[in-house]
Amino acid sequence: MSSQLLTYIFVGLSFATYIAIAIWSRASSTNEFYVAGKGVNPIANGMATAADWMSAASFISMAGLISFLGKDGAVYLMGWTGGYVLLALLLAPYLRKFGQYTVPDFIGTRYYSKTARLVAVLCLIFISFTYVAGQMRGVGIVFSRFLEVEIQVGVIIGMIVVFFYAVLGGMKGITYTQVAQYCVMIFAYLVPAIFISILITGNPIPQLGFGDTLVNSSTYLLDKLDQLSIDLGFSAYTENTKSNIDIFCITAALMFGTAGLPHVIVRFFTVPRVSDARKSAGYALVFIAFLYTTAPAVAAFSRVNFIESIQEKSYLDSPDWFKNWENIGLIAWQDKNDDGLINYSAGKPFEGSRPIFSDEFGSQGQREIKNLPTLDNSNEVYIDRDIMVLANPEIAKLPAWLWL
Amino acid sequence: MSSQDYWKANLKLLSVLLFVWFIISFGFGIIFSEFLDQFSLGGFKLGFWFAQQGSIYGFVILIFVYVIAMHFLEKKIGIKEEENE
Repeated sequence: MSSQLLTYIFVGLSFATYIAIAIWSRASSTNEFYVAGKGVNPIANGMATAADWMSAASFISMAGLISFLGKDGAVYLMGWTGGYVLLALLLAPYLRKFGQYTVPDFIGTRYYSKTARLVAVLCLIFISFTYVAGQMRGVGIVFSRFLEVEIQVGVIIGMIVVFFYAVLGGMKGITYTQVAQYCVMIFAYLVPAIFISILITGNPIPQLGFGDTLVNSSTYLLDKLDQLSIDLGFSAYTENTKSNIDIFCITAALMFGTAGLPHVIVRFFTVPRVSDARKSAGYALVFIAFLYTTAPAVAAFSRVNFIESIQEKSYLDSPDWFKNWENIGLIAWQDKNDDGLINYSAGKPFEGSRPIFSDEFGSQGQREIKNLPTLDNSNEVYIDRDIMVLANPEIAKLPAWLWL
Repeated sequence: MSSQDYWKANLKLLSVLLFVWFIISFGFGIIFSEFLDQFSLGGFKLGFWFAQQGSIYGFVILIFVYVIAMHFLEKKIGIKEEENE
């Protein structure tokens, strides 16, 4: 059986499970549709919150971002988890106590004002649209790689699937679907991370392997990574490039933003008691922390692997993943010095933010791009950061059954 | 214990926890991060560890301290919650 077929079966089964859960637990009353009858166990609710929160952005994009940002990436790690402390201490228990379905309901009732309620609704719609835009790109990337279609087609397929099982079940359906989804997601994230950690550092726990020495060497992984980064003209991986005030403000913005996300807050209306609202915020953060403490480790591993597997390799011998992602258009290579080798370093490889592919192929068989090359640096590689998590197992040469 | 005392105790608890929250993230992870980088924790520079790992562990602990402290506080004042109020 080909790995392609296995992938289809595996993904197909996951979706079948989600849809089955949605049908089994579909809502039969208003109370059930909005707040799942207020009968959700705090651990299940924590898991569902975690799954909800960690959808495409955290799961796919974050490790890739950190991988290219180095220490600056901590703004996302701290920002997207620190908000839960605010949520648990200052918001969730009080909103649950008030006993409404949504935040605009709360604001409207608390301040006796239809206008305030309307403003809250507008804010909510604005937040949701912005948020969904990011998520949908993630979904599109997954489907485009999985079905080998262009990214726009991937986005549309993803939307149809999500729409189907979200509308059917209401809050109760979504809660239990999310619990299942969390389990699948964390498994899919941790297994390759653990194997890569073993391959690189010999330590099975990524959080510890991250700070461990490389296999058969006494050099620490992070020291090696700092050295590699500096050699290629980047700044050291474990040092900030942004100023402290920037990092402070971005982190603060992300924390307060997290505490205010409508689809997270609504989850605290679904538990039986106020004390359960506090507990579920705690459980949610535990489940989130599994991924959020693994992500920076994955980021560091993939950065090392990425640099080592392509730097100064000839394009003809470049690994399959490099060409596969190039076909989808998320990697591009322009041989600026005509030596047939992939030269990766700091700086933009070409003018413009995305590659514009022509239908021609270059002397090595690479896809030609129409963008003008930049002359102030020798970087020849364009890589979309979002692919790092998906490409990571391939880059690390894990066996196919692991990363499908 | 009156409900005023309860509220005061609640506020005191909140301010202590939020202070710790600020110190481990904005303090150790950002403002004093470079200073802490001169110490190391295994292969991590300490400031880097707080920024990418330690602060998250701290957040988890903080929420559970809050859950437990509130449990005892509410027991003391005798709050009993009904389901599906």
